[in-house]
Amino acid sequence: MSKVLIFTEHQNGTLKRSALELLSFANKESLQISAILVGSHSHSVISELGSWGVTQIYQLNDTSFDQYNPELFDAAFFEVAQQATPNLILASSSSLGKDLFPRVSARLNFACASDCTHLEFNNGQIKATKPLYSGKCLADVQFETTPVVLMRANQLPVMEKPNKNSSPQITSIPAPSLDLKTVVKNIVKGTSQRLDLTEANIIVAGGRGVKGPENFKLLNDLADVLGATVGASRAVVDAGWVPHEMQVGQTGKTVAPTLYIAVGISGAIQHLAGMSGSKVIVAINSDPNAPIMQKATYGVVGDLFEILPKLTEEFKQVLAH
Amino acid sequence: MKIFVCIKQVPDTETKIKILPDSSGIDAATVKWVVNPYDEYAIEEAVKIKESLPGSVVTVITLGPKKRVADVLRTAIAMGADEGIIIDAPESLDPLSTAKALAATIKKEGEFDLILTGQAAIDDNASSVGPMVAQILSIPHSAVISKLTVTNESFLVEREVEGGNKEVVQMQGPALISATKGLNTPRYASLPGIMKAKKKVLKELDLNGLNLEKTLGTKFTHYRLPPEKPATKIISGDASTQVRELVRLLRDEAKAL
Ligand SMILES: Cc1cc2nc3c(=O)[nH]c(=O)nc-3n(C[C@H](O)[C@H](O)[C@H](O)COP(=O)(O)OP(=O)(O)OC[C@H]3O[C@@H](n4cnc5c(N)ncnc54)[C@H](O)[C@@H]3O)c2cc1C
Repeated sequence: MSKVLIFTEHQNGTLKRSALELLSFANKESLQISAILVGSHSHSVISELGSWGVTQIYQLNDTSFDQYNPELFDAAFFEVAQQATPNLILASSSSLGKDLFPRVSARLNFACASDCTHLEFNNGQIKATKPLYSGKCLADVQFETTPVVLMRANQLPVMEKPNKNSSPQITSIPAPSLDLKTVVKNIVKGTSQRLDLTEANIIVAGGRGVKGPENFKLLNDLADVLGATVGASRAVVDAGWVPHEMQVGQTGKTVAPTLYIAVGISGAIQHLAGMSGSKVIVAINSDPNAPIMQKATYGVVGDLFEILPKLTEEFKQVLAH
Repeated sequence: MKIFVCIKQVPDTETKIKILPDSSGIDAATVKWVVNPYDEYAIEEAVKIKESLPGSVVTVITLGPKKRVADVLRTAIAMGADEGIIIDAPESLDPLSTAKALAATIKKEGEFDLILTGQAAIDDNASSVGPMVAQILSIPHSAVISKLTVTNESFLVEREVEGGNKEVVQMQGPALISATKGLNTPRYASLPGIMKAKKKVLKELDLNGLNLEKTLGTKFTHYRLPPEKPATKIISGDASTQVRELVRLLRDEAKAL
């Protein structure tokens, strides 16, 4: 049986959706599952992992692991991989995943592919799919040695929890004693309480058509009702209306939510590069010829200032039932 | 300071991508090639450091078919970089092979203080080569950097992480830093810069000449266009009608709620 090692990211003791996607895949394929669990507050996740069929947990619960440090994590994850001897490593293509796993893979001489959007077993071989050239084409990824696959969030289905109660064995991985060259001095907390854009299932994004930073309130109101994250085009980031972390596109974030609502965004190719993988795209734009209208699933031609408040109200009504 | 900047030539975002008839890759001949946009931030930052610390040397390195990729080195030199090195290699090398070749080249060149790269190349969006190079050279890295301050012997950086949080990280050099938007505004090359770059003799290395062990890595196959999306449904009527219809479609047809 194939042994998979999954990096199960969690937030305040709750598994992230991206982790559930990977666990679902491993269950669907009946793999033998080990998990890497990080953080001194991660105990509550253990039984959860057990019910997802995880039989072995490598726990990095020293307080030094509460803050990401590439050197420290590189050494610890290397140790885990040595002990676990997996045939496959799965993790989310999150900012942490993309920072850490290429580094660890280089040390292990494993074959790492990030930003994958599909995963399957084909005659016992793992095959991933990856968008290239800003989503203008797709390719299959073949692995010549142990695969390390970093999956974009919201790509794999989450199954119902199998409730396996596998009472996993726990191996505690101590903090490696290293002469660290990297020190995290300070963390400046963002103001947003919402999910990161790359993980969000629904995104409401605003462009120059929103006409000013104060009008982002209309988007925030809609996002509140939908539990969505608010994004933006580069035009409004460059204008200083919203911070860069909200930018979607070629020089911003690549996102692939279930629902992307583009409000007053024309749909320049650099913007599409970051969001064309979204499952359902809604465009709200006064210009029926805006390029976004060609890419959208649903196009609403009209004045966003009239439409947004009504849309927020309608969702409120519908979602209340 | 001795600075290396690793850069990549990529298809311009505006360019149309044609897939080869045998699906083994894209038709490179029909593509407009540019410097990877994130690498421009890396080049600019290196040149800025050089301007503030006289005596610094900035060497740009790229890897790929030498006739074509020489252009990106000349662009970087026109912006103010000093030296350029090409590693002549086939079109699509995977990230780990690329990182090994870059690391071997840098090692051969001797001592250095800083390596800069872009946080991702917009062609394969792997964000991998930087951290891999750092691992191979046993140096620290910090990725997705929007602010860099150079102090004695150390680098103070700000990096964007999930949820809009920012980390302030201090690294003892030598170190590798990958740049993102916000770090600076890349300059346009000056005319004298362009003239100088044209005449610059680039150092050429051959991938095989680096005597690297064969890397087992990833291979991209079966290139194809993404599945066609159905035509856009335009929702008409007055605002109230549009909104009701949109929410109904999202719920009942697209099942997106
Ligand atoms: C190297 C490079 C990288 C780039 N990277 C990115 C990137 O990462 N992300 C990105 O987004 N862009 C990027 N761009 C910029 C991109 O080319 C566009 O300039 C930008 O996306 C335009 O933003 P916008 O759609 O908000 O503005 P505009 O193009 O000005 O569009 C505004 C839209 O709002 C509509 N509108 C106006 N008023 C209303 C109203 N009352 N109601 C409804 N609709 C209204 C208009 O019809 C129009 O379609 C990049 C460009 C370059 C050269």
